Amino acid sequence: MSIKVLIPTPLRPYAGKQSVIEVNAQTVGEALSDLVTKHPDLRKHLFSEDGKLRSFVNVYLNDEDIRYLSKDATSVKETDTITIVPSVAGGR
Amino acid sequence: MALKIPVELYDQLRQHGEATYPHECCGVLVGEFDDVGGKAVKAAVECGNTRTDSLANRYHISPSELVRIQRDALLAGHDIVGFYHSHPDHPAHWSATDLAEAHWTGCSYVITSIEQGRAVLTNSFILLDQEEAKHFEDELLEVIQ
Repeated sequence: MSIKVLIPTPLRPYAGKQSVIEVNAQTVGEALSDLVTKHPDLRKHLFSEDGKLRSFVNVYLNDEDIRYLSKDATSVKETDTITIVPSVAGGR
Repeated sequence: MALKIPVELYDQLRQHGEATYPHECCGVLVGEFDDVGGKAVKAAVECGNTRTDSLANRYHISPSELVRIQRDALLAGHDIVGFYHSHPDHPAHWSATDLAEAHWTGCSYVITSIEQGRAVLTNSFILLDQEEAKHFEDELLEVIQ
């Protein structure tokens, strides 16, 4: 099925400058896989060399962090939205 | 390149830093990118600082807040164009921690120094280049009256 992935501003140069991309997937893992298949330049910005999500990349299914769901195996449905947000932190 | 911000939003983020002193404040700047790398701020969204273990010298914005802000911005035809935070009793310049924890390339990172509870300097820095070579550069902060 087709679901939406929201792309944050820093990753849009690697995603055809699009803010929303439709992917075909049954799970979050399939959605991310389809995303980087369609936009290969995104891969190194989302995943480390061992294939895991980079530590500062957060992936949400609607309002839930996938780390607290079933991670890549989390099922998706057509009305769902996946959002990618890099972390924001710092300090003096 | 410049970050243009209406004076009322500029005052708002500085007052946020005064209100949370001696702790760091943080928030998200929502607006528009232009075609030449400049940005115009349309809203400054105050966020909670989730670094409760070290509020005086660290900040962290909950990803769930970022998800909501990004979704609302896109619905309004806007984007996240940057972030702001305060440096209590410390200069308005990025730190090694600020750079290490910055991942929004092309976005602005606005920092206000708060001295003894009063906002002093507010500076903007733009994050450039990919993760492995990322760096901040000074950015003109244009306050619109």
